[in-house]
Amino acid sequence: MNKTLLASNRSVLIFLLVLAIFTVAVTLMAQATGFGLISTSFVKTLGKTLCLCIIAIAMDVVWGYCGILSLGHFAFFGIGGYAVGMWLMYARTEEIVAASLANQPLPATAQEVSDAIGTQIFGVVGSSELPALWMFAHSLPLQLLAVLIVPGLLALVFGWLAFRSRVTGVYLSILTQAMTLALSLYLFQNDSGLRGNNGLSGLQNIPGVSAGQDWVSVWFFWASALALALAYILFAFVTSGKMGSVIRAIRDDESRVRFLGYHVETYKLFVFTLTAMVAGVAGALYYPQAGIINPAEIAPIASIYLAVWVAIGGRGRLYGAVIGATFVSLLSSWFTGGGAPAINLGFYKIVWTDWWLVLLGFSFVAVTLFFPQGIGGLFDYVAVKRNANYGPDDGSWRAEEGKPE
Amino acid sequence: MSRLLEVSGVSKTFDGFRAINNLSIAVDEPELRAVIGPNGAGKTTFMDIITGKTKPDEGTVVFGDKSISLVGMSESKIAREGIGRKFQKPTVFEAQTVRENLAMALKNDRGPFDVLFYKKNRDDSARILELAEEIGLADQLDRMSGELSHGQKQWLEIGMLLAQDPRLLLVDEPAAGMTPAEREQTTDLLKRAAKTRAVVVVEHDMEFVRRLNCKVTVLHEGSVLAEGSLDHVTANPQVIEVYLGR
Repeated sequence: MNKTLLASNRSVLIFLLVLAIFTVAVTLMAQATGFGLISTSFVKTLGKTLCLCIIAIAMDVVWGYCGILSLGHFAFFGIGGYAVGMWLMYARTEEIVAASLANQPLPATAQEVSDAIGTQIFGVVGSSELPALWMFAHSLPLQLLAVLIVPGLLALVFGWLAFRSRVTGVYLSILTQAMTLALSLYLFQNDSGLRGNNGLSGLQNIPGVSAGQDWVSVWFFWASALALALAYILFAFVTSGKMGSVIRAIRDDESRVRFLGYHVETYKLFVFTLTAMVAGVAGALYYPQAGIINPAEIAPIASIYLAVWVAIGGRGRLYGAVIGATFVSLLSSWFTGGGAPAINLGFYKIVWTDWWLVLLGFSFVAVTLFFPQGIGGLFDYVAVKRNANYGPDDGSWRAEEGKPE
Repeated sequence: MSRLLEVSGVSKTFDGFRAINNLSIAVDEPELRAVIGPNGAGKTTFMDIITGKTKPDEGTVVFGDKSISLVGMSESKIAREGIGRKFQKPTVFEAQTVRENLAMALKNDRGPFDVLFYKKNRDDSARILELAEEIGLADQLDRMSGELSHGQKQWLEIGMLLAQDPRLLLVDEPAAGMTPAEREQTTDLLKRAAKTRAVVVVEHDMEFVRRLNCKVTVLHEGSVLAEGSLDHVTANPQVIEVYLGR
């Protein structure tokens, strides 16, 4: 299966190769495993960027291939982060509590341990009880399962309701945005059981691991690279062959696909749910590297950024999404991190931390108007040039007419 | 010949406008049938009702040997039962090759997982080639269908319908915008298809209908005005008044 997939999609092979080289290069430059050329926090930034690439290709599949402009995929990303964050926080607090209770003359009862954990975690929102939502937080396997299942179920139910009523286009985008907004507003409440706007923090400390952050950052970087490779192969498989043919057809003319006998809603649901689950996994890898998650991460603006990345990178091609996410998010941290030098116009000083969003907005408009293919479209020029030398001796074919036999 | 489709007593009102008014039509298998009528006679709504796009207010639509009711069924289910539909404008998937278009239409399991794990096989490739030859696009299989001429797109769409292997084919103005030579080829294509299945052609152009040389149903104001051979219906004074006389 994969053999033919790789053989028929050269871009997959090239992508995996580039990713492998990048991973080795970063490993060699990291502090723990290499020559210490780049800081631990930069390794984390790169690892986080890989996670953003995963959700970007998921977005590309759902939007660029299937034509569903979802403005809610960052919600699934956040849910994945919360699911893994709950275990990280619980297990870490349990360690601390156990250490402090160990000094007592009498061994602590299970109830005392649980209460102490509750007070530690929820003291900040004025509560000391572990909510029912946290009943699986002690178990890593169950929380990891939740990373897949919760976004999947939410996408399934939401998608079923939306697609069944044949909501399409901009109305569907608004619906997904409303879902995202509702979720983030709910999580902002202190009694939501997830610490309100404090979010979950200290996620970079992995329970039971005594190695320093320099090592942890490299581990997560590797895991993110592996996940990106697997997600890329998965989505290349889904978007190639007959499945790819059908979902691109749904994007282009969904009623025609219906009259061909395909149940369009099931296909949309399949794509929506699958991409939501992958987004959950990406989030679960992202937030331990970020160290903190709060409801602001889920707000609709994050999902809109996601759409901007994919548009700038190039819709309808997986590597385009990766390029867009990498390029825009790294550039964004350069501009907003004060890396970009301010421009002094004499009468006004352009400080990029203030003006970056304006620049991003203009580039989005410019890309949409002038380069609908995005950055990924640049590869077409290279590819077409190589195949398009059909001079008079070769039948004077146009480039798009393909190779003359 | 056996009865394939039976539409009886069907009515449909859009905002007070009766698009279809107590319409009854029966189609046999195999049969070639032309449906004609002036603009607004309800031809397209008639096709919408059969293919499940529009739900009728009253009446029954019964299909096949087991006499299953099509009313309330989803479009995709009806298509899988064996009804193919060709729209007036050619709607092929322009960003995909002729081969991909045909492969998508080929009669195979339609579930997402069947499609996801679908493997190309020799039978299907042979069938695609056979269809491409039938519609005269055998040497264009790997071309983007967006690059085809208007007439070739129309044929590709008919080819996609044949690939579905439907028992009933609904064709909306297949000859619109074609050159005379292309029209002739289209007529032959439809006649050949009608040897083994039911083909219903909705058409405006009398000359084309004459060339099809088949039973004709004249629709007017949402119901059947006359039915029979072309000569028979064109001799009908009512038909002349509402349709031909102008």
